[in-house]
Amino acid sequence: MAETTYLEAIREALFEEMERDPNVFCLGEDIGAYGGAFKVTEGLAKRFGDARVIDTPISEAAIVGAAAGAAHMGMRPVCEMQFIDFISCGYDMLTNYVATARYRAMLGCPMVVRGPSGGYVRGGPFHSQNPEAAFLHTPGLKIVYPATAADAKGLLKSAIRDDDCVLYFEHKYLYRRIKEELPTGDHLVPIGKARVAREGKDVSIITYAATVWKSLEAAERLEKEDGLSVEVIDLRTLLPMDDEAIVATVKKTNRALIVHEDTRTGGVAGEITSRINELAFEWLDAPVLRITAADVPLPYSPPLEDYVLPQTADIIAGVRRLAQY
Amino acid sequence: MATAVRRKAAESADLDRAQKLELYYYMRLTRSLEERLVNLYRQTKVVGGLFRSLGQEADAVGSAYALDRTKGDILSPLIRNLGSMLVQGANPLEIIRQYMAKGDSPTRGRELNIHYGDLVRGFVGQISQLGDMVPVMAGVTLSFKMRGQDRVGLVYVGDGATSTGAFHEGINFAAVQQCPLVVIVENNGYAYSTPLSKQTAARDLKDKAIGYGIPGEQADGNDVLATYAITKRAVDRARKGGGPTLIELITYRRKGHAEHDNQSYVPSGEIERWEKENDPIDRYIAVLHADGVTSAELGAIDDRIRTEIDAATDEAEKSPMPEPTDALVGVYAEPSIVPPLWFREGIRSAVTAHERPASWGTHDG
Repeated sequence: MAETTYLEAIREALFEEMERDPNVFCLGEDIGAYGGAFKVTEGLAKRFGDARVIDTPISEAAIVGAAAGAAHMGMRPVCEMQFIDFISCGYDMLTNYVATARYRAMLGCPMVVRGPSGGYVRGGPFHSQNPEAAFLHTPGLKIVYPATAADAKGLLKSAIRDDDCVLYFEHKYLYRRIKEELPTGDHLVPIGKARVAREGKDVSIITYAATVWKSLEAAERLEKEDGLSVEVIDLRTLLPMDDEAIVATVKKTNRALIVHEDTRTGGVAGEITSRINELAFEWLDAPVLRITAADVPLPYSPPLEDYVLPQTADIIAGVRRLAQY
Repeated sequence: MATAVRRKAAESADLDRAQKLELYYYMRLTRSLEERLVNLYRQTKVVGGLFRSLGQEADAVGSAYALDRTKGDILSPLIRNLGSMLVQGANPLEIIRQYMAKGDSPTRGRELNIHYGDLVRGFVGQISQLGDMVPVMAGVTLSFKMRGQDRVGLVYVGDGATSTGAFHEGINFAAVQQCPLVVIVENNGYAYSTPLSKQTAARDLKDKAIGYGIPGEQADGNDVLATYAITKRAVDRARKGGGPTLIELITYRRKGHAEHDNQSYVPSGEIERWEKENDPIDRYIAVLHADGVTSAELGAIDDRIRTEIDAATDEAEKSPMPEPTDALVGVYAEPSIVPPLWFREGIRSAVTAHERPASWGTHDG
C-alpha cells in the first residue's frame, strides 16, 4: 500500500468525516476552490460544494464565533486558521465564548479549530508560532498536536466527533516530510492518550509534535554513542494531559527530559514538570529538565531560527546531563 | 435627539387586539419584574449587580414579538433585553433564581443575571464581551440556511458594541453569507458612562449598514408598535432569503449601567425629560386607550403580573443554593466531571497519596 503524508492524512480525515456526517463542514480563508494556503483542503469544495467548504472573509473571530453558533445547532464545523498564528485573533471567542459555553449555558460546541503550526521553516515571527500554551490554561478546550501521519488522521477524526471544541495543531514542517502507511478502515486515535514512540529504560523524553522526531533521532544516537536506552513519549494530546503515561515513564526511568518547540516561560513543559513533582516526586533520581525554544519571538534568518529552536544536539546534551545523576 | 425619529405605527395593523394587549403584558412584566429585583437587591438577596431596562421595554418586547415562535426563530438578548426573553418564554421564577444565584436556576449558579439561554424556547445566552453574540448568531443562522430551515435569528447589541471587532466581523460575515439574521442596535445613548458622541463619529448607527451592503433602518425604540413593525419587515425579508438587516432603535437608558451607578455623567434634567415625555409604557397606554382598551382591562393585566411575580419570588426564595462540588461538573461532555484538587478531598497530601519506591531516599534506585 502507498504511503500517505501527514498533510494527506489530514485531508483524508476531512474527506471521510464530511462523507460520513452531513453536519460536518469547513470554513476558513481561501480553503474552497483554492484549496487552502498549504492545499490541505484541496478537492474538498469540488466534492462537497461551496456551501460545505466556505471561503470566509479575513475574520478569525467571526470564523470561530460562527462555528460556535452552528455547533450549538448540531453542526460540526471545522475551522481553518490559515496559519495558526492568527488564532490569537479569535482568542476572545475561543476562551470566553466557546470554552465556557457548556459550563455556563449547557450549550455544546462540537467544533474543531485547526491550522498549520510550528517553526523550522523560516517563517518568521508570524508564520511559525506554537500557540498551545496560550490555550492550555483554558478549561473547556481540548488540544491535540500529532507527530505522525496516522495520528494526524486518527486524531482529526476523533476531534471532529468530539462533543467539545478541539484545537487541532498540525505541524507544517511535518506536512510533506513525514509519511507512512496508514491503518485501514475507520482509523480513530483517542483524545487524551499519549503514545510510547520508543521504548527505553534509562531516561524519558516527554514531547509532542515536531520535536518527537528530533527526540527519536537523539535517542538513536545516544544508544549508539553512549549505550543509553532512551524512552520517548509522544503526548499527542496536551489537554486533557495523559498523567498516567507521564507517571508510568517516570517510574520506569526515574529521569525526565521535557522537550518542546514552544518558548520556555509559562510553557507546557512547566506544567508537565509540576505534574511529575506532584505525582511521582519519590521516583525521581534527577531534576526534571526542559529543552525548549529561547524566550524570544521566533526570528526569520536561518542562523537565528536554528539557534532559538531546540535541535537534536540540545536534546542529546539534556539526556546526557540527566544520565549523569 | 431621539424623539425626532417617531415612526408611524400603521404597519402594525396585522396585530389583533389580544396581541396588542400581549405587548402591554410583556412590557409591564419586564418593568414590574425589574422593580421586584430592585427590592430583592436592596434586601441583599440579589447576588452581584442588577441591570435595568427602565424606559427600554418597548424596543426589546416589540422587536422580539416580530419573531415567529412556531417556526423556531431564535434571538440572543443583551443585558437590557429581559423583555425579549420574556416574549420567548422566559419566566419570572427562573429570572429571580438567576439573580439570587440559586442551585436550580437555569445556569445552576454558574452565571449571573439574565445571562442564560434555552434553545428550545429560542434564546441563546449572552456573554459579557460585547459584540461576541453577533458572530455566534451569524453561525446559528448559517445553520438555518445550510439546512434549508424556515427560521430567522435576531441579535441585540448596544450602541457601544458597534465599536467592537466582533460586531464588525460578525455582521460582515452574515452579510456575505446572506444569513437570515436581524441585527438590532439598541441605541440608548450611553455605554456605561460613555455617550454616543465618544463612541462613534457616525451620525446614525443605521448608516453602518452601508459598509456591509445590507439595509439599515431606524425606528423610535420607545414606540412598541413601530419597533414591532420595522423588525417584522426585516424578519420577513430574512425569512425570504433577503439576508441580514441592521435596525437602529432609538431609546434611552434611564437607569445607570447597573444599579450601583449614580449616573453622575448624565446632564441634569435629561433623565426626567425622557421619563416625563417619552416613557414607552405611558405612550403605549395612550395608544391602547385610543383603540378602546379600558383602564380596567389594563389594571387586570397589572394584577395578574403582580400575582405572578409574588408567586415567583416566594418560590425562588425557597430554592436551595448550589452544592459546592457541582462547580466541578460539566466543563466537558467527556470527562463530565473535573476531579477535586487534593487539598479539597480530605487533605490527603500528594506524598502520602502515592506509593514510594523501595529505594526512595537512597539515591541508588
